[in-house]
This record gives sequence, structure tokens and C-alpha cells, in this order.
Amino acid sequence: MTDIFNERVPSLEAVAKTALEPSPERAGDGGLSRRGFLQGSAAVAAGLIIGVYLPPRARAQSGAAAVINDPTPGGFAPNAFIRIAPDDTVTVMVKHIEMGQGPTTGLSTLVAEEMDADWSQMRAEMAPAETETYVNTIFGLMGTGGSTAIANSYQQMRKAGAAARAMLVQAAANRWKVDASEITVAKGTVSHAASNRSASFGELAAEAAKLEAPAEPRLKSPDQFTLIGAHVAKLDSRDKSTGQQRFTLDLYPDDLVTATILHPPQFGATVASVNDKPARAVKGVIDVKMVPAGVAIYAENTYAALKGREALEMTWNSDNAEKRSSAEMEADYLKAVQSHGVSARNDGDVEKSLAAAESVFEQTFYFPFLAHAPMEMLDAVVQYKDGQVTAWLGSQLQTLDLGALAQVFGVGEDKITLHTLFAGGSFGRRAQPGGEFAAEAAEVAKALGSDRPVKLMWTRENDIRGGRYRPLAVHRLRGALDQDGNITAWDHQIAVQSFVKGTAGFEGMIQDGIDSTAIEGSRELPYAILNQRVGQHLMDNGVSTLWWRSVGHTHTGYATEAFIDELLEKAGKDPIEGRLALLGNQYPRHRAVLEKVAQIANASGQAPAGRQRGVALHKSFNTYVAEIAEVSDNGDGTPRVHKVWCAVDCGVAVNPDIIRAQMEGGIGFGAGAILYDAITLTEDGYVKQANFDTYPSLRIHEMPEVEVAVMASTEAPTGVGEPGVPPVGPAIANAWRRLTGQRVNRLPLVPSEA
Amino acid sequence: MTITFKLNGKSVSTGVEPDTPLLWVIRDDFRLTGTKFGCGIAQCGACTVHLNGMPRRSCVTPISQVNGGSVTTIEGLDGKEAQAVQDAWIAIDVPQCGYCQSGQVMSAVALLREVPKPTDTDIDQAMAGNICRCATYVRIRKAIHNAADTLED
Repeated sequence: MTDIFNERVPSLEAVAKTALEPSPERAGDGGLSRRGFLQGSAAVAAGLIIGVYLPPRARAQSGAAAVINDPTPGGFAPNAFIRIAPDDTVTVMVKHIEMGQGPTTGLSTLVAEEMDADWSQMRAEMAPAETETYVNTIFGLMGTGGSTAIANSYQQMRKAGAAARAMLVQAAANRWKVDASEITVAKGTVSHAASNRSASFGELAAEAAKLEAPAEPRLKSPDQFTLIGAHVAKLDSRDKSTGQQRFTLDLYPDDLVTATILHPPQFGATVASVNDKPARAVKGVIDVKMVPAGVAIYAENTYAALKGREALEMTWNSDNAEKRSSAEMEADYLKAVQSHGVSARNDGDVEKSLAAAESVFEQTFYFPFLAHAPMEMLDAVVQYKDGQVTAWLGSQLQTLDLGALAQVFGVGEDKITLHTLFAGGSFGRRAQPGGEFAAEAAEVAKALGSDRPVKLMWTRENDIRGGRYRPLAVHRLRGALDQDGNITAWDHQIAVQSFVKGTAGFEGMIQDGIDSTAIEGSRELPYAILNQRVGQHLMDNGVSTLWWRSVGHTHTGYATEAFIDELLEKAGKDPIEGRLALLGNQYPRHRAVLEKVAQIANASGQAPAGRQRGVALHKSFNTYVAEIAEVSDNGDGTPRVHKVWCAVDCGVAVNPDIIRAQMEGGIGFGAGAILYDAITLTEDGYVKQANFDTYPSLRIHEMPEVEVAVMASTEAPTGVGEPGVPPVGPAIANAWRRLTGQRVNRLPLVPSEA
Repeated sequence: MTITFKLNGKSVSTGVEPDTPLLWVIRDDFRLTGTKFGCGIAQCGACTVHLNGMPRRSCVTPISQVNGGSVTTIEGLDGKEAQAVQDAWIAIDVPQCGYCQSGQVMSAVALLREVPKPTDTDIDQAMAGNICRCATYVRIRKAIHNAADTLED
């Protein structure tokens, strides 16, 4: 077998060895300067942060990840987030996983801004999995989600950059024996104009490393920004356009074993018997093992692992399996929403005003399970060798994945090194409240009983049938209109499953019996309706579910915006003016995005004959988004979405082009699901869909044109990964109803024949 | 049985089972990891390579069909169309997660070699086999048009 390309891929061991080589700087006095940083700026900035600084001994004990985190010889690590190398590169240790939403560029922009670095010298790496140092202060654990990356890191990264800059300036002042106040920094060059001297960051790194970090570095005021709000090239576009970006699946450490897994075909089923003889007969198959999640097949190459899995002869025990069909679940949920659930909101007297109303309208909405289907399916490489666990995966909740690895192997977390890799999409799938996939990968590696690294690779069938779906939900809404067309009552009942109930990490999201992540977006309705009620019915279901890009808002945003649009139409009111009237003056940011989206859509002229427009407005994750969709009929009773206009207010726009990209992507992701997607269960509880042939994804010819307006703002920045999703479904549905007279109360709009 | 073919211009041979998909030979045996696994049934295009100059889903192409052929992966892509496409991709920051983009680029380069000035319909037809779950389609379309424009200059 020819091996001519092997030189392109250094083994992981080789990489680790390089990183472990002793650095003369490491034992130096860099530690003290970092302590100053912790006690001062970062702790204050982060509020909840536990500690940015680990003393050298603790760092040594926390495993190889911490060692990799040290600067190159002659370099400068002003704090846990920044590495300045002698070659002038500035590397930002990014604590939020890069899965396409842009934190590597975003956090690096914040650092570069305050350092006055040149954008071309910026680099980014995934930070080591160390909770104390890299905690997401919004969660209290290391992790990414809820569109929090920029919101969480805005002050912290700026302070980190400002501290680094101050130390470089002081190093230059010492070297040139001038006052620091006379020194300027621009585009990565530190200068003293009066004496015509200048130095690069790399040239000053070694001297800066000896200095104390300032406790309170001065931050720029927004009018001084040169990078925040400007267009910068994304740091990862080149590698991702040339096939060089490395994902977990691309790791081939020496002596690798590749594993596939067969999961039970129903949720809650278990293995009754397995005949693995035919699997073991496949050339290249090493072993077959039972693991808690199913049956693992180990092989010397990927194809053998796939063929071995196909050859397994299984019987399953479905005694404790969820055997209801989707239709039966819907019927159960529908029963629940006939009465009022746990009150998530209760203003005025809804029952009384419904009874007294001139006219009452009622609508029931049915939302299917949805799979995330990230392009890269779940995968991990795990090695247990000499009492040490090393894991490589696209970890989205590192703290919980570390805990899961420790539990499976029965070792302390000090024996675990978790490398976070760039992920080929997630949309929520990789953020698991119990570290379930990390545990599965660990069980698979452990069951082999070998010290070889084991790569567990899910196939698309594992992914589509593997659960952790956006929950199935049924919403029942009732609205009352008076003679003048005013909405006098609003009753919103939601039946949905909770996926945080019983989890170690996130049960706290249930407060006073209300699961905020299940019904978010319903009780925050901004419209002035005096009698307003939201009832929550948490349903038991054996199908596992999870946050799916914009979470509760995926269904609450749809139900509220489709229903309000219909009520406004019944009242003879314009969808934009009607909403503005209901918003009043209390919701200026809602108003502004709605007015803006109307303005940019109107600037494109009226919808051509045969098309209709629909609007929707929804705030999620503290970001305000309004969208207008223009829709026609393909001629076969299915919608064609031609264009979507979008206005977004996410506070300070750190990277406007990434914000635009996230709106474009969120619109495509949301539109695809609303138009085509459902996971459905057969009468015995088997998932009907298996791959992209039966769970279609939006494709290029179905993608609408998108125009995005990013609102200027000085408010604190908020997230953009998710908020583009919720309005697109109701905007399309509202356009479709106005075009065809058909309301869309059952999703997807175009069911497939799976 | 030994199968011999050209991989990015170099002659290589492999003794894997003849039904092994080209995708796994490229990745497992030659460690060219730019070509991705996304579905295994030719539905998503993440595994697109060029076989004898034509775009091909390597996940459903048995290695036995490649004997004597010439395979180009993202790592071996060159020529003016490739340069134009990748430059255009980078210039407007097409990728988000990036996992599907090797396949997108391979399909786009093949399109521009066939149709130097593609219409939106040409793009739809050539690119509809490549799924992007991040839905970067708006920028993929724009980058292909931009690349075509630079090739014209």
C-alpha cells in the first residue's frame, strides 16, 4: 500500500511531543504577572469567573492541555487567552467551540482591537478544556450555546487584549527609557514618535513577559474602534476552502482503531441477542463488543467497520421501549392542551374575556421532532493509555464531557486531556446535558481493552435515528377580538417535553415548575394584550430530545407569529402596522427592526404578481429579528421562497459580516426545516427517516435570496447563531396563507413520503 | 487484487477489497482528509472528487471502478478555475463550519470548467447535489459568479 501522503499528517503523538518539549521560559517568572491579571481585570470583567490564573503546579497537574497552552520559547503569554510569539503572531485561545458560527474570528477581533494588532498577525486556537480558566460565565461551566459567545466574551477578551497591550507598551517604555504615555500602538507596531523608534509585538514579547499585568487596563471607547464593527476576513476561511481544516473525523493517530456502533432501533430498546460471527468474518474487523449504547464494531479501517456493522445479526428487547407513533404522541399532547397548564404567564382574566368576546378564534399547531443533522456526524477519538485518558472531539460542553470521560474510566479529571476540535456543524447536537456522546465514545474505547486510540464514527443513519431531537410539540391558541378588531384575550397552551429535567447540568433551568428552555418566547410576547395567559404542559416521552438551533423559540416563535398574523388579518389590520400598534412604545428595539425590515422590503418594490409577502418578528437570546419572506406557488401546491429580508439588532455589531452570514444561514436552516423536515415514528416506535434521502435538507436551488440590515447599536452585544431562525418559519407561513388562503398549522409545509 | 490509479497526479496502488468506496481509500490509506464523509449514499456531495475530470461522489464509487483512472481531491486541485473558485470562496468568507466546503469547491470547479459563465440555473443544476447544513448557499452562488467574472478578465 502506497503511503506517499503520510508526511502531510503528523501523528498526534508527534504533535504532543513537540508541545511537551521543555521551554526555558516556563519555569521563569511569568506566573506572577499572570496572577495580577486574574486578581484584577478578568475577575472583575467576568463577574462569575472562578479563576483565570492557575499556579504553575496546578497547571502541571492539569495535564498536557495546560502545557500546550504555554507560549513558544521567547514568546509572551500575558494571560490565559493570548499568546504572542517571537514571529509577531498573536494567537487567541478561544474558549467557545468553532462550529461555523464564527467565535474564532469574533473573539480574535475583540483581542486585536484592544491590542491595536494588525489583523494579519491574528491566529486562533481552541482553548484547552479547563473549566476554571475558560468557564462560560453565563453557564458557570466551560461550554458554548445559547448564542452566548460574544455576549460572554466581549468584555473579557477586550480586557485581555488591553492588558497585553499595556504590558507591551511598558516593555517598550523600559527599553527606550521614555514614559509609557508617549508611546503609541497601531497595526501591531509599538512606536515612540519623538525618538522615531518602533518595535513589533514579537520583539517586545520577552521583555513584556517579565512585567506585572495591569489590574485595570483601560478599554477603548466605541468611537476608537477600528476593527470592531469593521469588516475583517474570517480566520478560518482559507483552510476551509482548501480542504486543510482538520475535524475530528480527520484524525489518524498512529495505531488507530476505527469503530462504528449499532444503536437499538427503538428508543429504550436493548440488545436481546447478537450473532457477531458474520461481522467478525469481515476482513479487517478486530472485535465486536456490547456497550451500554448498543454494539460496537472495531476495525483496522473504516470500511471494514461499516461492513462489520451491516453483518451483525441482532434481536432486540423492546419491553421498555417507547412504542408510540408520532401520531399517538400528538393525540396525547392534544388532549393536554385542552386545559390550562402550569401558568407561565397570567395577566388579567383570560377565561372571562374569552367568554365575553365578540368573536374567538382558535388554532392548533403541530410541530414534529427535528434532527439537527450537522454535516459532520458525531465522532470522537479516545485513548486510554498508562492511566491517562486523551480525547479529541468537537466538545461543546467541555465541563460535562470531561465529567463523562472521568466517570466511564473511573479516573480523576486530572488524568484526562480533552482536545476540542473544530466541529462540522452542531446546531445544538454536540451540547449534551450529560455528556452522553463523550460517555458513549469512552465506553466504546474502554470496551476494546486496548491502549490503541479508538475513533468512534457515527454514520448518517446513527445521526438521523439517534434521537436528541427538537421535541415534538402541540400548541393551542385562542384569541378574542372585540367589535373594533382589538385583541382582548390571548390563551396559549403548550405541550412539550423537557430535556433538562433530571440532568445534572441544566435542571436549574426549571424554576417554579416552568422549564424556561421549553417554552421560551411564549411568555415574553411583546404585544399589548390585557388578558394574556401561557400554560405549560411538560409531557413524558421516551424519545430523547435536545436544544435545536433556537430551542423553544423554534416552535413558540412560529405559533405566536402565525397566530397573531391571522388575528390581525381577521381584524382587517395591516401585518406591520397592526404589530406596531400592539408594540406601543414599550418595545423600541422590536419596533425598530420591524420598521427596518419593512423599509428594506419596500425598497425592493411591491411583490410581483403571483407572490405574497409575510412578516414575523421575534426576540430570542436577547437579539431582535424581523423577517419578511416573499413566496409563490411552484404550481404544484408547494411554496417557493424567493427572498427573505431580515433586520437584526444584536447590540454592538462586532463582526457585521458574520452577523449577516449567521442570518443567511439561520434563514436557510429554519426554512429547510419548516418546508421539508420531520422525524416521524411508526406505530411501533421506529424512526421512519434514516438519511438525507428521507430527511431532506434545503439545497441551493431552494435557498431564497437574503438581504440583511444590521442595526447600529451601542447596547451590549448579544448572540447571532440562533436568532435568525425563529422568524423565518412564520414569515413563510404567513406569506403562504395570504397567497393561498391555507393556514399552515402542521409542519413541515411540504411533507415528504418517508 | 492490486488497483492502480493516479491520485493528484501521482501513480498509487492499493490492495484493499475491491468494493471499498474510493472515499475510504483516499482517507484511510492515503490520509487525504479534505474529502469528507456526510451520508454514504451520494445524497450530500461532501465526498465529491474529480474522477477523470468529472465530479464524482467517492462514497459510492467502488475502488475497482477507479483502476487506471485519475482522481483529483481538494488537496490536488489546481488550474485557473480552481484558483478563481478558492480565491472567491475566501474573499467573501463562504464557509461557516466548513465541513461540506471541499465538496462544494470540487463541484464549483467542475462547473466552471464546463460552463465558464454559468447562469443561476446552471449553478442550481451543478450544485444541487451538495448539501450545506449551515446554508451558505447565498455566498456559494455569489462566489461562483465572482469566480466566473475573474476568469473572464
